[in-house]
Amino acid sequence: MSFQFIKLLYVSLNYRYDLLCLEGLARALRIFKCIEPVPEFQVSKVPPASMIKIQVKPKTSMIRPFVVCAVLRGVALDQARYNSFIDLQDKLHQNLCRRRTLVAIGTHDLDTLEGPFTYEALPPSEIKFVPLKETKEFTAEDLMEKYKADLKLKKFLHILEGSPVHPVIFDSKRRVLSWPPIINGAHSAITLDTRNIFIECTATDLTKAKIVLNTMVTMFSEYCTNKFEVEPVEVISANGLSAVYPDLTCRKMEVSLSYISSALGVTLGVSEVTGLLNRMQLPATKGDNIEGSDPTISVQVPPTRSDVLHPCDVMEDVGIGYGFNNIKQTTPKCVTQGRLLPLNEFSDSLRAEVAMAGFTEVVTWILGSFEENFDMVKRNSEKQKAVVVGNPRTSEFEVVRTSLLPGMLKTLGHNKDHPRPVKLFELSDVVILDPKKDVGARNERHLTALYCNANSGFEVIHGLVDRIMQVVGVKAVSVGDNTGYFIQPSEEPVFFPGRQANIICKGSQIGTFGIVHPEVLQNFLIPDPCSILEINIESLH
Amino acid sequence: MAESPAEDAVLKYLLNHEEIPNSEEFAISQNIDHNELLNVIKSLNGFGFIEAKDIKKEFWVLTEEGDKYATTASPEVQVFEAVPVEGIRQDQLEGKLDKQVFSIGKNFALKNRWLSLSKEGGVPFYKRTVERVEDAIKAQLLAVKDGKDIQNPDALKKRTLIKRQTWKGFAIRKGANYAPQRSKPATDLTRDLLQNYEEMPTNNFVESSFWNFDTLFQPQQHPARDSHDTFFLKVPEVTQSLPENYLEHVKTIHEVGGHESIGYGYDWKREEAEKNLLRTHTTAVSSRMLYALAQGKFSPKKYFSIDRVFRNEAVDRTHLAEFHQIEGLICDRGLTLGDLMGVLNEFFQRLGMKKLRFKPAYNPYTEPSMEIFSYFDMFNKWVEVGNSGMIRPEVLRPMGMPKDVSVIAWGLSLERPTMILYGIDNIRDLFGHKVDLKMIESNPICRLGRQV
Repeated sequence: MSFQFIKLLYVSLNYRYDLLCLEGLARALRIFKCIEPVPEFQVSKVPPASMIKIQVKPKTSMIRPFVVCAVLRGVALDQARYNSFIDLQDKLHQNLCRRRTLVAIGTHDLDTLEGPFTYEALPPSEIKFVPLKETKEFTAEDLMEKYKADLKLKKFLHILEGSPVHPVIFDSKRRVLSWPPIINGAHSAITLDTRNIFIECTATDLTKAKIVLNTMVTMFSEYCTNKFEVEPVEVISANGLSAVYPDLTCRKMEVSLSYISSALGVTLGVSEVTGLLNRMQLPATKGDNIEGSDPTISVQVPPTRSDVLHPCDVMEDVGIGYGFNNIKQTTPKCVTQGRLLPLNEFSDSLRAEVAMAGFTEVVTWILGSFEENFDMVKRNSEKQKAVVVGNPRTSEFEVVRTSLLPGMLKTLGHNKDHPRPVKLFELSDVVILDPKKDVGARNERHLTALYCNANSGFEVIHGLVDRIMQVVGVKAVSVGDNTGYFIQPSEEPVFFPGRQANIICKGSQIGTFGIVHPEVLQNFLIPDPCSILEINIESLH
Repeated sequence: MAESPAEDAVLKYLLNHEEIPNSEEFAISQNIDHNELLNVIKSLNGFGFIEAKDIKKEFWVLTEEGDKYATTASPEVQVFEAVPVEGIRQDQLEGKLDKQVFSIGKNFALKNRWLSLSKEGGVPFYKRTVERVEDAIKAQLLAVKDGKDIQNPDALKKRTLIKRQTWKGFAIRKGANYAPQRSKPATDLTRDLLQNYEEMPTNNFVESSFWNFDTLFQPQQHPARDSHDTFFLKVPEVTQSLPENYLEHVKTIHEVGGHESIGYGYDWKREEAEKNLLRTHTTAVSSRMLYALAQGKFSPKKYFSIDRVFRNEAVDRTHLAEFHQIEGLICDRGLTLGDLMGVLNEFFQRLGMKKLRFKPAYNPYTEPSMEIFSYFDMFNKWVEVGNSGMIRPEVLRPMGMPKDVSVIAWGLSLERPTMILYGIDNIRDLFGHKVDLKMIESNPICRLGRQV
C-alpha cells in the first residue's frame, strides 16, 4: 500500500470531503487496490410529474436563499451506518459548511411526510413544532431563548439572531421538517427502520450546498436498493424557475499528457497515466487528441471530486499514485544572482558592532499590551501612532509596538538576578501608522541598548551612541551643524529630567538616550538604575 | 559531544549504574548546581534518554525565631534562669530580658509550673517552684536543625518555631532512547545559506487580506480567515489602496475561474479583501514579489526571506503567537516536481538533514503540495520539517505570469527545527522577554550543517 496514499487520507479533512466518512475511505482504498471500480452514480429516471417537489418562497432570500434536495430510496440502516450518517453531517457542518453558516443539512424519514414541500421564511413566533429530543411544541421564538443554555446549539443561534424571519421547511400538511440551521422536527426523525431518506441542504452559498448534497448522496447511496442510484427532487425557486437536484454529472476535462509529464518531471505513457488516475478515483481514458503530437487524457471528474478545479489537480493525483518519492530528483538549471536586502545587511553589521561593544542581543515580542507599551513608560500620548489589534485573546496581544524600549525593560525585569552590569540590545522592527503606505502602516528598524548596574551608566550608553555613529561613518559636529551629528537635551517623561538627550543627525532627530525614570523602573520592577538608548537606524542606512 | 557537563555526568553515570536515586545528592557529588541539573533532567526525560520519577520530600525547618532559641535557649528557660533563688520583682525581671523573650517565656514558665507569681508589697513577684528545669524545646529545635524526626511537631509549629518545607527532585533511570551521549549539532540558518537567492523585502508586518489570502487563491470563507486564527486590525482597519486591474482578475478567478480553472463559484467581496491583518505567513510577500516580477519582462528568479509572522493561536509550550518563517521560491520556465525535491534535498542537507521523504499535503495555493520529513537518528523517527509545493496557475496567471512559467516554493518555521536540534521543550525558553539571559550568553557559537 502506497505510503503516500495513506498520508493523503490524513490530509483529506481540508478538501477531500469524500474521505470524511468510513464509507468513502474504504471505497477509496478498495479502488486504489483495484478491487473495485469507480462507482457510476445515477439519478433515477422519474417522470417530471411524479418527481418530488419543493417550492421556495420569496422571503427566504432575506435570510437563507438556497435549498437543494435529494432522496435515497430503500436504504438499509443499522446502528453503525446510522452513526456514520450522523457523523458525516457533523463533519461537513464543521468544515465545508463553516459551522452551519454557509450550509445546513437536514435528513428526514420520507415515509412520515407528504410532499410537495415548501421552503419558507416566517416570523419566529409563527413557527411552531416539536423539535428533536422534545415531546411538546415550541415556537422558534421560545427555542431561541431555550437553546441559549444548550451547549451544542447555542453556537448557531447567532445565524438567526435579529432576523425578522426564520427559515423553515414544511410538508404539504404543514408539518415542520426542519428549522435550519438549528434543529430538525421530531416528527420526521430518522430511525434504524427508516427506508427512504429525504435530504435537504439550505444555504447562503449555492455552490457549497451542491457539494454538500453530492457528498451525502455519493457516500450513502451505496446502501440504497439500487446501489449508487439517487432519486431527484425538483426545486422551484420563488421566480418560478426550476432546477433538479442532485447534479451528479461528471465534468469532462482534457489534460495534456506532456503537461503532466513535464510538471512532475517523469516520462509517462498514456496507459500508465490512465491506470494511475483510475486508481485515484478519476476515471480516465485516452483523450480525443490521441493522433495529434500532444496526446491528451480524458478525465471524467466524478461528483465526489469537487476539489479538482484545474488540470494541475489531475497532475497531482498522477504524482501521488506514482509516488512522489519515486520521482527522480533534479536541479533547476537557472543561473541567478544572489543579493541581500541592503537594510538587512546593514542591520547585521550593526548588530555585530554592538555585540562587540559587550552587549547581549535579545529578541522580544512585537505584540503587547497598551499598559506596557504606553502607560508604564509614561507615553500615553503616543497611543495614536500605533497599530491596534481588533481581536486580541488577552491584553498581551492588544497593540503592535511602536518602540523597543518597553520590551527591553520587560526583559530586564524578568532577569532581576542576573549579575550586574546587565548590557542588552535589540535590533528589530517596530510598526508606525503611515497613510502613505498602501496598507496604512510601515515597519521601522530600531536599535535599543540598555545598561543596568549599581550606577546608571549614562556615560556607557552615551559612549555606545558615539561608537555607533563612528562605525556608521557620521562625524560628531557642534550643535546646529547639519553635516554630522550632535546631541541636544530632551524632555521625555520616560527619562530622568536633565539626564537625557536627543541625537540629531544631519538635521533630523534619529534617536534618544538617557537615564530611565525611577517611576518607570518601578513599573517594571527593576531594582537598579538603568540607562537606555533608542535609535531609528533606517535614517542612518 | 554533549554541550552541558551536567548532561554528560548523568548519561555517563547511568552507563555503569542502574539508578540515580536522588538528584540533589547526585548534584552535590558531581559539583553541579541542582537547578541546572533539574533542567537537564527535564530535557533528557522529554527525549526519552532517561526516565525520571518525581520525588518529593517534606520536612521541618527552623524559623528565624526557632533558630534563635536553638542557639541560646527557649524563652521559658531564659526566664527561669533569670529568676534568682530568692525571687524577683516583675519590673526587675523584665529589665534583664529581651522583651519578646520575657513576654513569651513567662507565660510558658508559669504554665509549666516552673515559676509562681504572687503579689509582694503590691507588686508582681516571681519565685522558682522547682530547682532545675530541662530545656526540652531547645532539644527539639536542635533535633530539627539536625534533620532528625521529632515527636509532636505541631506544638513547635503552633509557636512558629518550625515550618514545613518541600524538596522536589528526581530518581533517574535509563530511558527508552538512552545513549551515553547526545549529539547536538549546532545549527544556524544564516543568510549565507541562500547563495544566488535574492532577499525579499519583508519589513511589513501589517498586510491586507488581499495579498495575504486572496491573491494566493485562498477562498474568502476559508477557515484560516477566521478571527480565531488571524489577528485582524482595528487600526488601521482597512487597506488604503489595491491594484485595481489586478483585483478584477483575482475576483474573476475566485468567482468563475479562467485559465483552465473552474474557480470556487462564490461571490467574492471586496470588503473582505480590504481587511487589514498581521500577516499569517511570509508567502504574502512572495505574492507581491511574483506580481512585481510578472509586470516586467520575465527572467528566472530565486527569492528567499526569513522574518516574523503572526497567528492568533492559544500560546503553549510548542505554539507562539509570533514566530519566524523561512521561505524560498524559484521561478523559471519548465520547473518540475523533481526539481523541487532536488532543491529541498540540497537545502536541508546544509542544515544537517540528509535523509528526506515527501508526503502529499494541501495548501490552497500549491498543487502538488508536499510535506517534508527528515529522519532523526536521535528519536528514531521521521519528523516534519517543512512544507512545499508548486504554485497553482490560479495564483500566477491572473498576475500576468506567462503560461510556461512555474514557481516552486517551500517554507519552514525557524523555531521548530531549533527546538528539536537544541532539545528545548518549551518554546518560550527560546525567545520573548522571559528568556534566560544566562542561556543566551553561555550558548556556544552556531555552526552549520553537522550531521544530525
